[in-house]
Amino acid sequence: MGAYLLKRLVSNVLLVAIAASMAYFLAATSLNPRAKYEGKQPPVAEAVVDATLDDYNLNDKTPVFERYVTWVSGVVTGDLGETWDGKSINEEMGRRVGVSLRLLLIGTLVGSAVGVTVGGYAAVKQYRLSDRVIGVSAFVIMAIPVFVLATMLTLVAVGINDTLGFTLLEYTGEYNPALSGWDQFTNRLNHLILPTISLALGQIAFYSRIQRNMMLDVLGQDFVRTARAKGLSRRSALFKHALRTSLIPAATYFAFAFGTLLTGATFTEKIFGWHGMGAWLVDSIQSNDVNAVAAVSLFTAACVLVAGFLSDLIVAALDPRVRVS
Amino acid sequence: MNEPILEVDDLNVTFRGGIKAVRGVSYRLGRGEVLGIVGESGSGKSVTSLAVMGLLPEGAEVTGSVRLHGKELIGAREEDLTRLRGKSVSMIFQDPLSAFTPVYTIGDQIAEAVRIHQKVGRDKAAERAVELLDLVGIPRPDVRAKAFPHEFSGGMRQRAMIAMAIANDPDVLICDEPTTALDVTIQAQVLEVLKTAQRETGAGIVMITHDLGVVAGLADRVLVMYAGKPVETGTVDEIYYRPRQPYTMGLLASIPRMDRPTERLIPIEGNPPSPAALPPGCPFAPRCPLKVDACDDAEPELERIGTGGRMSACIRSHEIDLKGLDGATVYPVPEAPAQKEERRPRAERETVLKVEDLVRHYPLMKGAVFKRRVGTVYAVDGISFDIAQGETLALVGESGCGKTTTLQQIMQLQAPEGGTVVVLGKDSAKLAKAERKGLRRDLQIVFQDPMAALDPRMPVGDILAEPLRAHGYKDAKAIQARIAELLTLVGLAPEHAERYPQHFSGGQRQRIGIARALALEPKLIVLDEPVSALDVSIQAGVINLLEDLKVRLGLSYLFVAHDLSVVRHIADRVAVMYLGKIAEIGAVDEVYGAPAHPYTRALLSAIPLPDPELERSRTRILLKGDLPSPADPPSGCRFRTRCPKRALLGEAEARKCDEAEPAVIRLAPAGDHGAACHYPENTEAVAAPGV
Amino acid sequence: MRSKVTLARLVRNPQARYGLIALVLLLALAYVGPFFGPYDWTDKDFMSFLSPPSADHWWGTTQIGQDVYAVTLRGMQKSIIIGFLVALFSTGLAALVGAAAGYFGGWVDRVLMWGADLLLVLPSFLIIAIVSPRLKGASWLWFVVLLAVFSWMITSRVVRSMTLSLREREFVLAARYMGIPGWKIILRHIVPNLSSLLIIDATINVSGAIIGEAALSFFGFGIQPPDVSLGTLIAAGSGKVTGYPWLFLFPAGLLVLLVLSINLIGDGLRDALDPGSNK
Repeated sequence: MGAYLLKRLVSNVLLVAIAASMAYFLAATSLNPRAKYEGKQPPVAEAVVDATLDDYNLNDKTPVFERYVTWVSGVVTGDLGETWDGKSINEEMGRRVGVSLRLLLIGTLVGSAVGVTVGGYAAVKQYRLSDRVIGVSAFVIMAIPVFVLATMLTLVAVGINDTLGFTLLEYTGEYNPALSGWDQFTNRLNHLILPTISLALGQIAFYSRIQRNMMLDVLGQDFVRTARAKGLSRRSALFKHALRTSLIPAATYFAFAFGTLLTGATFTEKIFGWHGMGAWLVDSIQSNDVNAVAAVSLFTAACVLVAGFLSDLIVAALDPRVRVS
Repeated sequence: MNEPILEVDDLNVTFRGGIKAVRGVSYRLGRGEVLGIVGESGSGKSVTSLAVMGLLPEGAEVTGSVRLHGKELIGAREEDLTRLRGKSVSMIFQDPLSAFTPVYTIGDQIAEAVRIHQKVGRDKAAERAVELLDLVGIPRPDVRAKAFPHEFSGGMRQRAMIAMAIANDPDVLICDEPTTALDVTIQAQVLEVLKTAQRETGAGIVMITHDLGVVAGLADRVLVMYAGKPVETGTVDEIYYRPRQPYTMGLLASIPRMDRPTERLIPIEGNPPSPAALPPGCPFAPRCPLKVDACDDAEPELERIGTGGRMSACIRSHEIDLKGLDGATVYPVPEAPAQKEERRPRAERETVLKVEDLVRHYPLMKGAVFKRRVGTVYAVDGISFDIAQGETLALVGESGCGKTTTLQQIMQLQAPEGGTVVVLGKDSAKLAKAERKGLRRDLQIVFQDPMAALDPRMPVGDILAEPLRAHGYKDAKAIQARIAELLTLVGLAPEHAERYPQHFSGGQRQRIGIARALALEPKLIVLDEPVSALDVSIQAGVINLLEDLKVRLGLSYLFVAHDLSVVRHIADRVAVMYLGKIAEIGAVDEVYGAPAHPYTRALLSAIPLPDPELERSRTRILLKGDLPSPADPPSGCRFRTRCPKRALLGEAEARKCDEAEPAVIRLAPAGDHGAACHYPENTEAVAAPGV
Repeated sequence: MRSKVTLARLVRNPQARYGLIALVLLLALAYVGPFFGPYDWTDKDFMSFLSPPSADHWWGTTQIGQDVYAVTLRGMQKSIIIGFLVALFSTGLAALVGAAAGYFGGWVDRVLMWGADLLLVLPSFLIIAIVSPRLKGASWLWFVVLLAVFSWMITSRVVRSMTLSLREREFVLAARYMGIPGWKIILRHIVPNLSSLLIIDATINVSGAIIGEAALSFFGFGIQPPDVSLGTLIAAGSGKVTGYPWLFLFPAGLLVLLVLSINLIGDGLRDALDPGSNK
């Protein structure tokens, strides 16, 4: 197992490296940091711009491969470079990673836990009213893109707040810096409500569909019949034998769901004014900030592979058939 | 009969869409009694048992009466049924892999069965599970109880299934094809365990099977089902020796029998009716050789014949009884085509296939997510045989012996990992690309599963045209004509070319598969278990067809099979494989008549015969344990770990088995018979009963 | 024969039936609707900026006086075309790559699946967003290509695993033992036997592509002016949603309806094409 994990780690690090390099090349050749300086009034002398860009390793006059080598030699020592206006990427990222991870973690946990429960319940109640209601809701939710959902949530929040005359639901930012202590904590929680809903709802719908289908596949199988033949009631046969087994295929979808979650987080952060990695990606592409884009890509690739690894670990934990003993 | 425990009266099951799967089944089961329910696929035998357990899926409508100890179960409250299931009535299912929950250990699942019905603690239940596993003959039960279902072999799983079923001392044990998925030697073991289980619990057993051999040795009484309805019932001797219903008569006559190898098989023409479209009269009438006009008027009910408990559903049963008719006289015996010319002696005929020291090893990978190589599977480990023109060589052995791998190695026509494959004088390792393709014309294959062998998205005409087009037939008319010719050759009609494979029955599909193999007029056909997926009454027709084609077209067959009775019937020579090696090879008469290798002897003795008296009187050679893993074969003789003979040898003699690997040695200079055993049996007549 | 059975089953499935009806209505709205509207999408009404829905401007106007009804339908046309084209390309690509990887195995499999893995490491949204500045001024078809190139990987993995089991099926072995070359077997036996999966997947990919387009356009990484799509309209509308909700609600509502109806059809197709699945 140890040797296997090591091999897996090495190949994952390699994949992250290649993916991030790919992203760097794409960003370095597609984005034009020079544009930030060119339109200025009064005009900045080209030599000055070149010097500044050289400082930040952003000069398009330097061959892209040379810039890449400079970037990589920084990355391996833990220095991700500077933004287009010379701020440290490391510092910026330090602030933002926590913000994003908090959202992703909560979205994943709430989404998978609630989704699996709801899906399992729907499977047991197949063709009953509750199953149909859950099914239709899941379909409708899955048809609503995150940016529409998030915008609708702000619209609703504004409506509620206006009607009540005070701010019941917060819809911009992470917290109110004016508050402190316990107040700040509850304020943070309040700020979390809408983003969590906008991020988790899609996940819930997704997991509930998967779990329901997997559970129904399992329900028709021989071992559920065996469990009932030995005297278990339908309910215990379902919970002890069917649910547990159907979690395995659902867990293999974890990595996939995480990918959509990452994209969803970008919109959530942007629309609710959180300063996370996703929002940074959008901002830095718009501001032609090559190094920041590369940094976000690096972070995203690492997240995706960690999720894939976790997914494998969960499957291995749930399924004795795939463990190497 | 003593007081019945289980009484089933006029049981009917109708599925959604008005499909009547079971129609009017009645039986009684006494304490310690074994009732065999026999029928082919789709006869409703399994649905009957699920209806008794109350485990049919929602949407199935059950009427009639099922009484356990006089208490009615149909319409009983679900809680009451739950309390009875696994306690008074237990069930053993066919496929033991899917019947266990994959994520819990075997021990836990048996302990769960104990704890549902008995108020015992976790430890006590776990102990009881180990006891039960010990009872059904699982070695080191305390360790194995902690294993997961996928870590058990098929035979071990079925033992565990039996252990779980008897955990609460049930009064009735329903076994639904409990040995169908198992190899014969394992089947023999499991049937023994079932007998033990019955002795321990004194339960009545309902044994559901399609294998008339299994029932012959086990059952007291037999119920024969056809198209959802019981057609004949009586004691086992009555049914086997004096069947009075034409279907039963035909069924018994169609079984290939080891003790009567030369007789031509008697097929029952046609197919069972679809349960959705039953004919108005007797459902068997369209296939019945005794049919008269009155048969189409009304469906015959079970009627008493003679004295005692035997019943038959046929308006001519009394007549059959009076005249003493049997299947062999009633059913038309299809005539065998005459051998065109006297066959030259084997040595003078051309060798169409020669395999020498063939080796195929696979890397053994473990884990689905965490994949890595953990060893080598010695699938085929140095085997040699040859086939002369016009001959059928059968390759037999149990699952995992390497027969399928051997076949694939031959079909690929590539250089094997070790050894040589020479087809029609051409070494497969030295073929140029065009030569290889040319050789494929002469070497064709028929597969086991007639469902999977034909592309479901192609009409039959296209399926048959594919090999023709691939090998240079261009003219559409010529192709059309050839297709019509082929279909007629295998007993189908030319207009069948328009239809899709789904519209044919299993037997017909297998005929299409044979037609495809014949398309390019090959010289050698590899038959990969061509009849094992078919019901016996259908199987007989396909075997006859294969025999006829061989004679008419001068074909040679390599026949891969696990069913030794079929092999005895169709083959000229036989090679018995065990763990990637040939254990015994020779002419069928010699190998079956005087098996020299202890494995062949055990294999032959394990086959259940459809003859109750023989079954009761014969003693079986039961092999110990499972087939060792082909990834870790025993040193010396591969069979030594299970060899009954080795156990009787002295220490010095036995050492030879452990250390030296025996080669195939010709037993008598004159005969065509060799065995890979250091201590082969004297070539006197032994083992196979009835010969 | 089979397609008739499938169609009959599809129509009998209530979900699919509603989906089909909705999709037909939406298509009619997108392509026929503009003929009934009083304004063309390029018209600008300088008399009314940001005016709410009225008899004249059915769905209101934008801040530069465009008729929301006309513009939205125009955007919907583009979204629909993009959705169908992307689904076609990406499913075709997935079928070929997956079947080739599964059938040939060995290094072909390793190379192709390694490529798929690599593309899966970064969300397609991120990659396309990074490349998007290059597309300024280029044809929107490039955008279709980009979306297709980054959305085939998961389907191809499914196709591959199904090919692996099909490859061992006896009718494929039979073809191989007849001496039929690999690529012919893929086209003649493997891909047709995966058609259920591919049809279902292509359907789901249509809605995926529509959402993907809208998502990218939301940040300005997708369709560039003067072209409009539902995504660009939603992006423009979402900023003013509190004051001028009609700018947002009409395109967003149509997007949701479009995606929902396609998903319903896809799910109904799954039932109709795969009678074994109990859903």
